[in-house]
Order: sequence, then structure tokens, then C-alpha cells
Amino acid sequence: MHLHKYEKIWLVFGTVCLIAFLSIVGVNAFAHDHTPAGGIETIDPEKVRETAPFNEPGVKKLDDDTYQAAIVASAFAYDGGQTLTVPVGKEIIFKVTSTDVVHSFTIDNTNVNMMVVPGQVTTKSYTFKEPGKYLIICNEYCGTGHHFMYTEIEVTE
Amino acid sequence: MLAAGERKLALWNMGVAYTAFLIGTLAGLLQVFIRNDQLELPAWLDYYQILTAHGVLLALIFTTFFIFAFFISGMSKSLGAFGPKVLLWNWIGFLVMLAGTILATVMIVIGEASVLYTFYAPLMANPWYYVGLALFVVGSWIMGFALVGHYMKWRKANRGELSPLFAFMTVSTIALWVIACLGVVATVLFQYIPWAFGWVDTINVELSRTLFWYFGHPLVYFWLLPAYMAWYTVVPKILGVPVFSDSLARLAFVLFILFSIPVGFHHQLMEPGISDFWKFLQVVLTFMVILPSLMTAFSMFANFERAGRKNGGKGLFGWFTKLPWKDLRFTSIFIAMAFFIPGGAGGIINASFQLNEIVHNTLWIVGHFHITVGTPVAMTFMGLTYWLIPYLTGRKFSNTMKKLGFIQIGLWAVGMLLMSTAQHILGLLGAPRRTAYSNYNGHESALEWFDGILTNHVTMAVGGSILFLSAMLLLYIVIMSAFVSPKAVEPHEFVEFPLAESDKRATPKILENWLVWIGIAFVLIIIAYAIPIAQMIQHAPPGSRGFITW
Ligand code: HEM
Ligand SMILES: [Cu+2]
Ligand SMILES: [Cu+2]
Repeated sequence: MHLHKYEKIWLVFGTVCLIAFLSIVGVNAFAHDHTPAGGIETIDPEKVRETAPFNEPGVKKLDDDTYQAAIVASAFAYDGGQTLTVPVGKEIIFKVTSTDVVHSFTIDNTNVNMMVVPGQVTTKSYTFKEPGKYLIICNEYCGTGHHFMYTEIEVTE
Repeated sequence: MLAAGERKLALWNMGVAYTAFLIGTLAGLLQVFIRNDQLELPAWLDYYQILTAHGVLLALIFTTFFIFAFFISGMSKSLGAFGPKVLLWNWIGFLVMLAGTILATVMIVIGEASVLYTFYAPLMANPWYYVGLALFVVGSWIMGFALVGHYMKWRKANRGELSPLFAFMTVSTIALWVIACLGVVATVLFQYIPWAFGWVDTINVELSRTLFWYFGHPLVYFWLLPAYMAWYTVVPKILGVPVFSDSLARLAFVLFILFSIPVGFHHQLMEPGISDFWKFLQVVLTFMVILPSLMTAFSMFANFERAGRKNGGKGLFGWFTKLPWKDLRFTSIFIAMAFFIPGGAGGIINASFQLNEIVHNTLWIVGHFHITVGTPVAMTFMGLTYWLIPYLTGRKFSNTMKKLGFIQIGLWAVGMLLMSTAQHILGLLGAPRRTAYSNYNGHESALEWFDGILTNHVTMAVGGSILFLSAMLLLYIVIMSAFVSPKAVEPHEFVEFPLAESDKRATPKILENWLVWIGIAFVLIIIAYAIPIAQMIQHAPPGSRGFITW
């Protein structure tokens, strides 16, 4: 098959870019552990309220540097205990599940952006750099009240 | 001129496409105003109902019917008139598709299916909505296979010869479509329908999402490839040059089949149920599509340069000004291509494993597909419409129509630029998509999104209104060319189907060996999907019952 000379140059350039992009993404993911929200833990969506840690939703200290926040999403609210308060500069492990349809758990001004799928537990670890109140919204369509589904998390010193 | 049978068939497809376009863009107009709190809907109509109609009617119905109108005309033009069997099966397919469309649309309109065009379980629509979607797909298969039948007949009669480029590309696109639909057919037939009718109690949500996206991503290539077909075969003719390279064009299409299907996980990067390794593998496969995309870009610019130089363009960029800018058929498609450059770049961002976290499900995504399917694809289809309808009806395309056409594409470009730029920035700031309102009771953090010069409450609405104006102008042109414009009488008044010469003497025969390419496609699909899907089935949580939350 005949390829034009400039075209060969163009395709070599493209291939090199491709390899560079993928290496950056790959190294970031697997060497620096920068992976998106996920996890393969399952749960019975009808029994969320009886299953740990969602039987006691809220923030729990695991050790000096790590906290766990267990949150239940359902149409059209989040249950994270009374108010969600976490310390700045510590690793927070968010664990979220749904009792009904698919929702999301998305914290504005951060890269916490997790899909919440019934039957599954989504996990994402995040360390807040600035104290303050952060808006949490549902950005996956979940029904008529979707645009009212939000809460706040307070990050304290 | 084409045989009367094909003309009628293509025009009917076009008619359904533009009816869907009318309702769909009207929904779009309402959306921008509702989101900005400028409009309140009557109690019987809901934002999400409108949004479902918008997504289904524009992204699925308008595109698919238009694509078949284009395929039917081009296949008849390049391979000769259809036999009675091919024609009959095309009509059957068309009617099944139409029945499915009407059924699904009625369900949306009566408020029984506000589940958006992605219909994620366990939101549960009226079962007939899923039946409607299934009929739509089955109808498209029947039409697709009828066209493949026409192609096979040609191959038999011309043994050992490569088929004309247009036919080759049509068959590639249909192959891609059929393979892609296997996923959505599987989930709708075996998961949604039994569950929505109540024959089973629960549904495996993660599996349904995966089967949906196995289809949902190649779906975008099903929209895009017909536009590419026009870029590869129609544009050179308008420019007065032959197809740049027949083998390159065919290779690009083959690569699109291979690299567009096994990549659906890049829509599921933020969710549980799939391990990082499998997500990453599909990210790698997603990126492969950069190669045929760059090949396409190369051929396009090579053609532009050749044509510009032929017309006397000098120097490094002198050819640019010598392109046929006064030709509506060219300029519309050129603008469409230009929108695809930021569109494609945005796609690379979306597919990047980590960057996706920033934009997933925000308005950025809405901005992204309005500058991919909403402009490059839709505007290429508009550019084709200008001549395709007069070509099919034998009517004239007058100078007034041409002028209106220029205004129409100009408005569409400006409107999209405003709306999609606002959407991209709002998305980066964090504003979500698919919400009727996004001020969260006046929450400070949410109000900040709308503080920018481009990202205020007005820009998106202005953009949306300009778009709607453009859509109405287009419909006027469509109606005029279909029913009102005077019939062409003199030979020069007849509008042509511009199809460029393609020199296939140097094209390797293997490029038209479907067994090889479809075989490789399935190997890639098995590598990317077999293990994660097996895990989803074996390691499944108890299923979900249905919810109607609207
Ligand atoms: C008058 C022109 C148009 C306007 C004003 C418009 C406006 C909009 C708006 C504001 C949204 C976002 C809704 C939300 O997320 O809440 C949207 C979504 C969408 N638009 Fe358009 N649009 C137009 C044309 C098109 C065209 C031509 C296509 C495709 C061929 C298209 C495809 C879509 C799709 C697929 C969605 C996503 C639906 C969903 O999230 O379920 N739009 N449009
Ligand atoms: Cu929600
Ligand atoms: Cu929601």
C-alpha cells in the first residue's frame, strides 16, 4: 500500500504522541496511584441500612491519618449521619452506595466525582487541602428531584 | 437520476429525520430557558421528559433516519438501481424503525419514560418504551442488511473487484452498527423487557450499564462515519479533485471498526464493578482511534491543498483562499470539520483515565457532544441536505435558497460556539449536566459557576435561541426543496450527487476481506470484555427492583 511521505511523518508523529499520552496516564495511574473512583465490593441494595458501614453512616476515624466517611445515597438525599465534618490534610476514604437508583456523589472544587450504583460500593480516597464548606451534588439523573439532591461537607482545621 | 423507488424511500427517511429534528430542537430551546429559570413548564410537562425527547429524537432518530436516506441514495448511485427484493426489505426495515420510533416517542410524551436516552436501570420506564427502542434497532438492521444484500449482488457480478468507495464505507458503517447493537439488544431483550413487564423481579444494574456502553460509544462512530463518508467521497468532487487515497480511506474505516467497539468502559471510569486494570485497558484502546482520525485529517487537508493549488493558490497557505468558499455545499462541511478539531481534542480529555474525574457528567460533556455530533455530524448532514433533497425531488435549488443556507449555517456556527463554549467552561467549574435547575437553593458555590463573562445565565440562552432560529430556517429550506421549489427542466438546473472518482488500482485486496476485519474486531472485543463481564455475572450483588422516580 502506498503512503505519501508526509503522511508517514504525520502518522509517526501521531503514534509518538499516542505513546506519550498513554505513558503519562499509565504512570500516573499505576505508579502514583492516581486512579478514579471504583471498587468491586458488592452489597444487597435492599439491606443497605443493615450492612456495615452503612448501618451507621457518617465519619469515623480509622487511625491518626485516615478517616472513613460512609454515605448512603437515595432519591433525593444523602445520608451521612448528622453533618459531614472532616479534618483538613488527612486522607478521607469515602464509601458510598445507593438504596434505589443510580446517583453520583460529586464534591464541587475537588476531583471527587463518584458514580453510586445500587448493589455496589464506590470508594474514593481524597485529602482536602483547604478548610471550608464544600458543596456536594448528585450529577447523575435520578428522577424529578435530581436537581435538589445536594448536601455539604465541612472541612475543619 | 436515481430510480423512482429509491428516491421515494430516501425521501421518506429524510421526512422522518426532519420531523424528529423539529421536535428535538424545540425541546432544546425549552431546555436552555428552563435551566436559566426563565421559563416554567405546565404541570403535565417536565424538564426530564423534554430532555428525554431531545436526546432520543436528535441523537437517535434524526441521525439514523438521515444516515439511511444518505446510504440508500449513495448505494443506488454507486452500485446501480435496487432490485425489488432489496427495495421491499428496505421498506419493511423503514416501517419497523418508524413503528419503534412512534412507540418510544408516545411513551415519552405521556410521561411514562422520563429515563433519558441512556435509560439507566433501575429507573424503570413503561415496558413499551424498551419495546419501541428494540423495534427501532431491529428496523435499522433490516434496512442495513437489505443494503448489504444489494452490495453482495454487486460483488457477485463483479468477482475479484473492489467495490466503489462509497459502498465499501456504507458496508463498514453497517458492520460497525450491527456489532455495536449486539450489546444494547442483549440488555434490552434479556434484561430490561423481562424486568419491566414483571416476568422477573430484579435486574443486574452494572451488567446493564456495561452492555449499554458497549453500544453507546460505537454509536457515536455510527453518527460520525457517514459524515466522514461525505468528507472522503463528496467533498473532493466539489473541490474538483479525485479521492486523495483510496487505500488510506478504506484503511481508516477498517480501523474505526476495530477501535471503536471495545472501549465502552471509558464511559464508566468513575463507577464501581470494574477493576482499574480493565478500565485502563479500554482507555488504551480508546486512544488508538487517534490514528484513523489523524489519517482522516491528513486526507482532508491534502485535498484542500491540491484543490487550492489547482485553482492558482501560491505559497505555503495561498491555496486556502482559493477554496470554493462560495459553494454552500463546501463551506457548510468545512465549518463542520473545523468544529471537529476542538471536539476531538476534548474527546482525548474525556477518555483520559484521571482527567475524566474533572468533567464526568458535568456540562462539559454536553458542550463536548454539541461540538461533535451537534455540529460536525449535524452540519455535515445539513450540507448534504441542501443538495440531496433537490437531487431526490428533481427540484431546483435557487439562489435565494443558497443565501438562506449560508445564513442558516452561519447562525448554527455562532449559536453552537456560544452555547458550547459556555457549557465547556461551566462544566470545568463543576456545573452538572441533566438538571432542570442548577442553583441548589442559591448555594454560594453554585452561584459562582455562573459569574463569568461567558458563563452567565444569558449566554447559553442566547446561543440556544440562535440555534433554534437556524433550525427553523433549515426546516424552511427542507420544505421548499421537498415540496415547493420549481421543478428542474433544463439539464443544468438539475442538482447532482457529487461523488468523486476513487482510484483503487493500488488498493490491497485484503482491505475488503470482511471475514478478517470482523474477526479481529471480535477478538478485540473478547479481550476487552469477556473477563469483566464474566465477573459481573458471577460476582453479582442481589439485583435491583424497578424504580419510577419521576
Ligand atoms: C436548537 C439546537 C439545540 C439546543 C438549543 C440544544 C440544547 C441542549 C441543552 C441545553 C442540553 C443540556 C441539557 C441538560 O444537560 O440539562 C442538551 C443536551 C443534549 N443535546 Fe442538545 N441542543 C441542540 C441541538 C442538538 C443536536 C442537533 C443534537 C444531536 C444531533 C443534540 C444532542 C444532545 C444530546 C445527546 C444531549 C444530552 C441529553 C441527555 O443528557 O440525556 N442537541 N441540548
Ligand atoms: Cu441523585
Ligand atoms: Cu441525581
